[in-house]
Amino acid sequence: MHTIRVIPCLDVNNGRVVKGVNFVNLRDAGDPVECAVAYDRAGADEVVFLDITASSDGRDTVVDMVREVAKKLFIPFTVGGGIRTVDDFKVILREGADKVAVNSAAIKRPELIREAAEKFGSQCVVVAIDAKRREANDGWNIYLNGGRVDTGIDALKWAKQAESLGAGEILLTSMDCDGTKAGFDVELTRTIADAVNIPVIASGGAGTLDHFVEAVKQGHADAVLAASLFHFKELEIKEVKQYMRDNDIDVRL
Amino acid sequence: MIAIIDYDAGNIKSVEKALQSLGEEVIITRDESVLLLADKVILPGVGAFGDAMERLNEYGLISVIKKIVENKTPFLGICLGLQLLFDSSEEAPGVKGLGILPGKIVRFPSDRGLKIPQIGWNSLTQPNKGRLFKGIDDGEFVYFVHSYYLMAEDMSDVVATTEYGVTVHASVERDNIFACQFHPEKSSDVGLKILKNFIDL
Repeated sequence: MHTIRVIPCLDVNNGRVVKGVNFVNLRDAGDPVECAVAYDRAGADEVVFLDITASSDGRDTVVDMVREVAKKLFIPFTVGGGIRTVDDFKVILREGADKVAVNSAAIKRPELIREAAEKFGSQCVVVAIDAKRREANDGWNIYLNGGRVDTGIDALKWAKQAESLGAGEILLTSMDCDGTKAGFDVELTRTIADAVNIPVIASGGAGTLDHFVEAVKQGHADAVLAASLFHFKELEIKEVKQYMRDNDIDVRL
Repeated sequence: MIAIIDYDAGNIKSVEKALQSLGEEVIITRDESVLLLADKVILPGVGAFGDAMERLNEYGLISVIKKIVENKTPFLGICLGLQLLFDSSEEAPGVKGLGILPGKIVRFPSDRGLKIPQIGWNSLTQPNKGRLFKGIDDGEFVYFVHSYYLMAEDMSDVVATTEYGVTVHASVERDNIFACQFHPEKSSDVGLKILKNFIDL
């Protein structure tokens, strides 16, 4: 019985866990290793670390973090944020991360996806997409730099291109929904999930138990991700999974 | 002491750290004399079948692995490390695998409406009780990441299966040879128990 994954995301700045609401206001809330291990105990299927450290000096802290996390965490984890080169992939994977998520750098130079997939395998290349509904309401564009810059590129087109270049998974965040707790963008999720043959992780907007069920049943997501909701224990991972199971979604409990 | 075969495959550290967390002494090496002296040997692996066989060949590890197996040293293949033990893979037509166990590696069919690779947790069924599965019930979940899967020739080798559109032979055991398609080092408590069972052999 293959199961739908429930994935908590930890935003990390200079080696400390924070959570941005709509990517702007940050709250400091703990040690990444402890948080990740606690999530494993709480029933998380994977953990995603999003490094938002701005300074290049601070970049080394993420490598130290990966090394420490890998000693204690025995479920898969993904590291994203600020990944620019195949060498960045190598360093993160070598220290024990299972997957690397790449966003802006892949938009600027799509070949990075192919190079990383050829070198390390598609299974560890996650393409993170920040998508926002166009004003004409006829689709979604992808955004650069944590959602600040509209590229004008269509999200569906980009997702398909990422797949053909060798991405193993898509981490799809709705910029419209992120931080609102009003629910995932089900239409966006379904549009992308139905168009590609690689798993899609739905992200952005989770606020209630029903939202997770909607993302899977209507959005066709292969995995669901949330950050602050789990981090501030507004919902427990087990509670989410139990509710999904009660709604006939296969989960690991 | 457990030796992990170093042939530039990914995720070697994860296996090392999981074993260390269980209090085991681990060495990552491709040195023949060290590998032949180890109490147990693990062949890890993430990546492509063809590349991996090329690396094993380049480092002279094919004959070393065959010696380890002949010496009856407990040997565990993980993920690609399982696939390499068999005869061939659709991922690399024409490339011979180690051929230590009979069977072939095939690609998931694309017409079942399932995402490829299979990424995620799937439950195990145990057609034969394996030594690595002591204390592990049917229905327990482990973590898989793969696009190709094993069709073993001899069902008596198969100790765990999982369903993903097709029946995947998820773990095999024969004499001193053990292998898992899933990642025990990434399968939380269940996975650590499997590794502990290997350590305790």
